[in-house]
Amino acid sequence: MSSFQPPADRIWWQVPVGKQEIIWAGIALVWCLIMFFMMPYWHVYGKQNLSTEAYQTNAEKYGAAVEAFVEEYQTGVDEQSGMPIVTPPAGSDIYMLGRLWQWYPILNLEKGKSYRLHLSSLDWQHGFSLQPVNINLQVVPGYEMVINVAPDQAGEFTVICNEFCGIGHHTMLGKIHVKEN
Amino acid sequence: MSEDTNLPKPERIPFFQRMLDNPFLLLFIGVAMPTVFYTLWGVMEVATIPIAK
Amino acid sequence: MAQFRVCPDSGFYFDRSAESLMKVNAVAGVVSLLIAGILALGVILTRWQDVHLLPADLFYQVLTAHGINALIFWVIFFEIAVLYFASSTLLRSRLAAPGWAWAGFALMVIGAVMNNVAVMQGNSSVMMTSYVPMQAAPHFYLGLILFAVGALIGCFVFLGTLVLAKDDKTYDGSLPLVVFGALTATIIAIFTIASGAIILVPTFLWSVGYINHIDAEMYRIIWWALGHSSQQINVAAHVSIWYLITGILFGARPMSEKVSRFAFLLYIFFLQLASAHHILVDPGVSSEWKIFNTSYAMYLAVLASMIHGLTVPGAMEVAQRSKGYTKGLFEWLRKAPWGNPVFSGFFFALVIFGFIGGITGVVMGTEQINLIIHNTIYVPAHFHATVAVGTTLTFMALTYLLIPVLFRRALFMPWMAKLQPYVFSLGMTIMILFLLGAGTLGVSRRHWDMDFTGAMLSFDYPGTAYMMVAVGGIGGVLGVVGGAMFLIVTVGSLLFGKKLEPSAGLFQGFCGLPLADSVYNVEQPPRLERAEPVEHHHDGFEAPGTFVLALALLVCFVVYYAINWDYLSSVWPIG
Ligand code: HEM
Ligand SMILES: [Cu+2]
Ligand SMILES: [Cu+2]
Repeated sequence: MSSFQPPADRIWWQVPVGKQEIIWAGIALVWCLIMFFMMPYWHVYGKQNLSTEAYQTNAEKYGAAVEAFVEEYQTGVDEQSGMPIVTPPAGSDIYMLGRLWQWYPILNLEKGKSYRLHLSSLDWQHGFSLQPVNINLQVVPGYEMVINVAPDQAGEFTVICNEFCGIGHHTMLGKIHVKEN
Repeated sequence: MSEDTNLPKPERIPFFQRMLDNPFLLLFIGVAMPTVFYTLWGVMEVATIPIAK
Repeated sequence: MAQFRVCPDSGFYFDRSAESLMKVNAVAGVVSLLIAGILALGVILTRWQDVHLLPADLFYQVLTAHGINALIFWVIFFEIAVLYFASSTLLRSRLAAPGWAWAGFALMVIGAVMNNVAVMQGNSSVMMTSYVPMQAAPHFYLGLILFAVGALIGCFVFLGTLVLAKDDKTYDGSLPLVVFGALTATIIAIFTIASGAIILVPTFLWSVGYINHIDAEMYRIIWWALGHSSQQINVAAHVSIWYLITGILFGARPMSEKVSRFAFLLYIFFLQLASAHHILVDPGVSSEWKIFNTSYAMYLAVLASMIHGLTVPGAMEVAQRSKGYTKGLFEWLRKAPWGNPVFSGFFFALVIFGFIGGITGVVMGTEQINLIIHNTIYVPAHFHATVAVGTTLTFMALTYLLIPVLFRRALFMPWMAKLQPYVFSLGMTIMILFLLGAGTLGVSRRHWDMDFTGAMLSFDYPGTAYMMVAVGGIGGVLGVVGGAMFLIVTVGSLLFGKKLEPSAGLFQGFCGLPLADSVYNVEQPPRLERAEPVEHHHDGFEAPGTFVLALALLVCFVVYYAINWDYLSSVWPIG
């Protein structure tokens, strides 16, 4: 009578399948394949693909690299937060680190230029969430990820932390300024 | 799989049906697939990330 | 002494020990849901920025406990009850190793209590994911481990019962489809729990100081083999229950045993790979790994879900049509028992799971699209459609079915039961849709304050983001009301529901004690026979209405998928 009894036919595998199920499964399969091939397609033709370049690191090593970067290119200090403002040359390696509870330092970038952005955490996991662009990355201590970013809008952008990182999580903000060139 | 003695020799059960009637084979597949493709492969990916200079 | 009683209303045979175990597991599940539901109110009223109820520390503590009690304790306790029902009751078999089953239950209870105590003490507000290197108290992890071991025992009792049933020849032919689905859930559960052990045991040892380092990325990969796969247990379990409910309510039979089982087989092969959904924007993992795993190897598990999406309502349609509801495309659906919460609960769960949960899940699990969604409040919105409605509402519907059958009580306040699926679905759908919207605007999940009070820098979300979260908050409150209605009906039924013959007293309901000895008067139930044969006529479309619904799903899917690629293409180029 039903779904909770054993199948009526002893050899149910050979019972022919209705047209309707076959057609639907066919349509669904085509759709699944389209969705699958969309991902490699975007790797070739799309502009938003996360690089998989990464290195194992640690807090001292990464912290030192960030400090060296700040020292080299610092151009000012943000009054509100006291954080260094760094203006690296276009096309260079730029660094940001997450720690309780800030994104450090503040970056000054140029629109239309590409940069190699290094990201890591000195303590817990953090979430790099660039707003209002809405690009979101997981920042994991012990790992330094390197992504190529090419801001295509000018303005002030904020980095929110969107991975829970303790009681000050909601205060963890950073800034990226992009200026027209 | 199930043999019924009062029937004449039962038809041969197709491969897929026999597989679907075998819980422990399915258990093996269901554990092996993600262990190999997700976990082991994933762990190897992370383990082979180079060390920063 | 005879082992079984036969339920005079449903004809189900209950093994004495299985019956008690089902009751206690279901009750423990409902208690967990009660806790989770009360906490949900704290969560949603804090996220709703105008209300902003709780202080930050309490919010994170409450959110941790809400996630764990809802997602882990409620769902898994109930699933263990379902496994015992599927293996023992549906197969008319003794339960294998009831002593072990009780030991497993005891471990689960101890574990759940221990974990809740740890969170309550305040030093373990680490969210259910407990990402290292943030550390919780040792008994936080130990509680989860004990719970998992208990659940694993439950899985083995299920498998043992399948073996027993087969040896005792309690059924003829292959396993019923519903039991096969439960087997699928069990298989996924075993992988899930094993992964949990692999990662939580070292994490526990680290928390007590025996290990000094757990790699954060390794933790993420292995933890998600637990965290995501556990959601796949739910999918397999609630799809099985959908087949069960359509079978019980409509006498529906699978449109094709082969197709439905093959779909479950695809789950067994591929569903668990989707744990990769959570690793798509992590450092250093190759795109090949991401694409292969996040797509369940070419979306073959999505294919399976789309097949179930046709065959579950399709089976119901065929059954309804054979009863004469043949007018037009949808008479079978219009004339369904909309006043029966078993039906309405099941049907809303199906629709919301498919149309909202399924589509958003696949979209955000796309390798590149995840960039614009990861860790935004879109994510909890998505899984409230899958688990908080799809799974939870299905389990609620099943509970309405089981209260008379298993607990021998008539429903308390049936009018409330009748309304409950409507209120719960409406509230949750509002919350889900608006939080999806807020996530698209970049609102973060697990975040206490949209105003960033106390930050050294500042940021203003657009006004629409606040509006979306607020409307989501109203929906969430309505959802909690719907949840409370469920609890009033279930707890009320056990306390005050009219007793059915043979009847159960208070302790027999809550504590799982067996009914009066004389009720167990069946030595061995008659063998479960194969379903009545029917003619297979597959010339035309047996379920045209369902086919139209399926096409509607596909259209929504394609459109929404395209919209998200378009949105992605508008953000900064990154590579
Ligand atoms: C009854 C109404 C419910 C409401 C109003 C509600 C509300 C919420 C909200 C707003 C969040 C997100 C908070 C944030 O990330 O900041 C959340 C998180 C969550 N909810 Fe619910 N929820 C409800 C029921 C459920 C149910 C039934 C389940 C599961 C069966 C569930 C499982 C979860 C989980 C796992 C999280 C994630 C916790 C984390 O991020 O660690 N919820 N809930
Ligand atoms: Cu942070
Ligand atoms: Cu944070």
